[in-house]
Amino acid sequence: MGATLKDATAIAGIGQTPFAKQLPASEKALACRAIVAALDDAGIAASEVDAFASYTMEETDEVEMAKAIGAGDVTHFSKVGYGGGGSCATVAHLAAAIATGQASVGVAWRSRKRGSGPRPWKNTQVQLPTPGQWTRPFGLLRPADEIGMLARRYMHEYGATRDHLFNVALACRNRANQNPAAIMYERPLTREMYMTARWISEPLCLFDNCLETDGALACVVVSAERARDCRQRPVYVHSAAQGLPAQHHGMVNYWNDDPLTGPAWTAARQLWKGADLGPQDVDVAQIYDAFTPLIPLSLEGYGFCGRGEGAAFTEGGALEIGGRLPLNTGGGGLSEAYVHGFNLITEGVKQLRGTSTAQVPDAATCLVTAGEGVPTSALLLRS
Amino acid sequence: MSPSVTPATDNRPDSGADLLLPVPDDDGAPFWEYAARGELRVQACSGCDELRFPPRPCCPHCQSFAAHWQRMSGRGRIWSYVLPHPPLLPAYAALPGYNAIVVELADAPRIRLVGNLVTAADAPLNSVEPARLRIGAPVRAAFHTMPGGVTVPRWLLERP
Ligand SMILES: [Zn+2]
Repeated sequence: MGATLKDATAIAGIGQTPFAKQLPASEKALACRAIVAALDDAGIAASEVDAFASYTMEETDEVEMAKAIGAGDVTHFSKVGYGGGGSCATVAHLAAAIATGQASVGVAWRSRKRGSGPRPWKNTQVQLPTPGQWTRPFGLLRPADEIGMLARRYMHEYGATRDHLFNVALACRNRANQNPAAIMYERPLTREMYMTARWISEPLCLFDNCLETDGALACVVVSAERARDCRQRPVYVHSAAQGLPAQHHGMVNYWNDDPLTGPAWTAARQLWKGADLGPQDVDVAQIYDAFTPLIPLSLEGYGFCGRGEGAAFTEGGALEIGGRLPLNTGGGGLSEAYVHGFNLITEGVKQLRGTSTAQVPDAATCLVTAGEGVPTSALLLRS
Repeated sequence: MSPSVTPATDNRPDSGADLLLPVPDDDGAPFWEYAARGELRVQACSGCDELRFPPRPCCPHCQSFAAHWQRMSGRGRIWSYVLPHPPLLPAYAALPGYNAIVVELADAPRIRLVGNLVTAADAPLNSVEPARLRIGAPVRAAFHTMPGGVTVPRWLLERP
């Protein structure tokens, strides 16, 4: 038996900036603030950092970060593709590097000015060749349109309704209403507001879409042994996985034999294979929610229910605190902040430290997932 | 074929001017060349005859690099659809209520094409009443030459 990732490493520190529609600081300054805060949270000196991981869409790079914070010699650095699909994999790459002795103190981060910055889909120069030549000219322009197409098919096949999507939006909003750092902290959502909201891409309305946020987050990964001597209670990386399924084609997965089983299914098989636990053991979940339909699709993919049962799973308050699977307890991308899902990782850590603003009593295991619909990744964290 | 991406000068909002034009890659170029002749063709493996879409250099079933382009009947069914609303690129925002659909081909249901349902090949993208869109509705291909000179397949209801 070779090296195993199971509980070999832990998240020892987390940090974040404020979240807002518009922040004056640059992405670089925000990234530095989040990283310095995460190191301080862990009680680890910046000079000990020897590994970095982020997303390929991250525009601040490891050379600048290492120099700015005063890192020592860096012996591992990695970037993960596919936008929000990369979030959990940044931690997974650091965990693998540390578990195999390539580094000892890793920093993962995401800094983004999406609230005040450009919308990526408007850059048609980049998007029009492969694969956009098959979709963009027909007005399938934005991720919301691409996921809306899948959502309409899903609703048709399984009888899912807008009320199911509302259940998702409401659970996230209710948690944000408990979280003073969330953009939607003092803004409750009602069914009437949801049902009468303007469309973005029918069948998806405004509240089916994530926020547009400026902000940055970071976390520090070290060996489990080291973590036990850090300032905070360690949160162990129990299992981690990436997933790019056979014949997958990105967000427009319509050319797959079965477009409704996305990358979550592939990541889930690998995640549970590397774990001593199963879906029934998960106390709280942070599931990537750039769009509400990603939740039922992910619930099915990660095995919380059967194929086609993800919408019905959301009924009866299942996703609320006290429900069957409390979801996105900081408010998620829909209502806390949309920073490519990194806030889901830090919220998972808060739950397992017992410090969430919507704490699930005695939470000991947390699933965190990255963007479904694109090549994705996931973490199973435990206290 | 390498269609120009220069925006057309015709700016009437319902004419389709300034809609995005396909930017073909080497693998996709034949699709657009056949479309310009009014033919809907899909890449097929010359080793095992499996169809594949989008086009690519190598067959995922048998790894053959030999391919040909098989003519399809042009008949299909609506697999799904959306009605995009602003914020949109300006040319699309000028077509309120336009649809984007995915059509599964009758001859090869695993081959699905993104397109638009319209009342006639050259009609605007919002020419069909949204209430008429229905998953499963039979459709057939028609060909429209865009102001930039590129021909794209569009879709008409079999029972308008
Ligand atoms: Zn073949």
